[in-house]
Amino acid sequence: MRATAAICKRELIAYFTTPLAYVFIVIFLALTGAVTFYFGAFFDRGQADLQVFFSFHPWLYLFLIPAVGMRLWAEERKTGTIELLMTLPVSTTHAVLGKFLASWIFAAIALALTFPIWITVNYLGGPDNGVIVAGYIASFLMAGAFLSIGCFVSALTRNQVIAFVIAAAVCFVFMMSGLELVLAAFKGWAPEFAVDLIASLSFLTHFEGIIRGVVDIRDVIYLVSAMVIFLFANRLVIDLKRGD
Amino acid sequence: MSEMLRIRDLTKRFGALTAVDNISLAVDRGEVLGFLGPNGAGKSTTMKMVTGFLTPTSGTAEVCGFDVTRDPIEVKRRVGYLPEGAPLYEDMTPLSFLSFVGEVRGIAGADRAGAIERAAGLINIGEVMHQPIGTLSKGYKRRVGLAQAIIHDPEVLILDEPTDGLDPNQKHEVRGLISKMAEDKAIVISTHLLEEVEAVCTRATIISRGRIVTDGTPEALLARSRYRNAVNVRTAVAQIEAVTAALAGIEAVDRVETASRGEATAHLVAVPANGAVILPIVSETLRAGGLGVEEISAERGRLDEVFRALTVGE
Repeated sequence: MRATAAICKRELIAYFTTPLAYVFIVIFLALTGAVTFYFGAFFDRGQADLQVFFSFHPWLYLFLIPAVGMRLWAEERKTGTIELLMTLPVSTTHAVLGKFLASWIFAAIALALTFPIWITVNYLGGPDNGVIVAGYIASFLMAGAFLSIGCFVSALTRNQVIAFVIAAAVCFVFMMSGLELVLAAFKGWAPEFAVDLIASLSFLTHFEGIIRGVVDIRDVIYLVSAMVIFLFANRLVIDLKRGD
Repeated sequence: MSEMLRIRDLTKRFGALTAVDNISLAVDRGEVLGFLGPNGAGKSTTMKMVTGFLTPTSGTAEVCGFDVTRDPIEVKRRVGYLPEGAPLYEDMTPLSFLSFVGEVRGIAGADRAGAIERAAGLINIGEVMHQPIGTLSKGYKRRVGLAQAIIHDPEVLILDEPTDGLDPNQKHEVRGLISKMAEDKAIVISTHLLEEVEAVCTRATIISRGRIVTDGTPEALLARSRYRNAVNVRTAVAQIEAVTAALAGIEAVDRVETASRGEATAHLVAVPANGAVILPIVSETLRAGGLGVEEISAERGRLDEVFRALTVGE
């Protein structure tokens, strides 16, 4: 645990010693604001809720989150520091967790900085703050699930650009699997349970469930187990591909 | 003497390539083992397996009784390791980096500051503690890597090319440090600098193509040299033939080589048969023949020649 905390702290500080953290936070805040007010017609809707604000998060995460995760292992491989890290008395599991937690905390910081919109909606009307809290939880879990994919893909390569592109593609597939676009391709021939299975794998389906204010434990379990599975895969990759 | 590190039948294969082939050796407290070999001989791969970074294909290594394949964490606690090329987190400062390593190694808050100060003092990096590692010179980076390896005062120290990239003064300093630390530790250093073996190692192991080809004290290695106890003679060019003839006439001399020939003086080497001591008889012969020489000295042997003989053309 101590080693996990030390690694988490180091990674978190590393985000803020490079411009990445500031660029990410500024772009994330600017884009959430822009899409909410412009595409989401926040004022015209005349409703005191953050439905539109949250519904754009998965699309922003799609290309922003892989940028947060791409560095984590690929850079260790490229600079050779992975040898330093993995010969310290720390298990692979603890190292994987430390890095993942750092990136998740970083995403949480960015998410927390969207608080002005919460203040705004409370100033303008009387929203259901319970639903908004659920929305933040959903967005946080979604970011975690995307980050676990980012960590896993980053462990596969020493090239950060490759890590970014592949992570974005994998995230896209997981997100879209619930949409008509993907399902239509299966509906003609695949048995119904298979179509349902593919639809149920969609991050988006589970995410939208929660932001409507229904924190269904199954949606939470789904997103958390996605994280567990990808982090476990991350650990396996590190153990199997040490020397590459 | 207590045994701190034991390598048993260690083997590593990468596909069809056998990088390390059934290596066994033991290192005691107080020993500095020089791990020698040409590039690609398997030095680094062996060190990576001993420190728990790579998993052996077969065989194992034990550090203070802990098996690296079964208790990797216990082994890593007791080993200080400088990986090849001294990789470091370049965005950190030496202070934050050493603090991070100390924290992962479980050195508690108050002791950590003391441990960092001790390591930084020993390695002499006090003046750069607050500069980003990425901006440091190669020599400083190497030293930060060394400081990281000794921060927890480990019982076993494994250093992959510790003086690579250092200037002669820094090399001298690091070698002095290694000798000083050797008293209560078992140290393994890999190097391809043969002078380093003579300077700091109590024992040398030469490996070639993944196998140990020889293991002994540097002195024993020198004794295998063809030039063991050879006598160097520097004399005037005009006298070359006379001196060569006189030296060749000595029974214990196997042959006489002309090592170099300048405008005024030439350097001759009298090579003895079977490493016999020939300096007294050579000097007596020359004196008796009335042949004046500018310089005469005996050699201990040539490590580079032994190294080549053992690692080339097997």
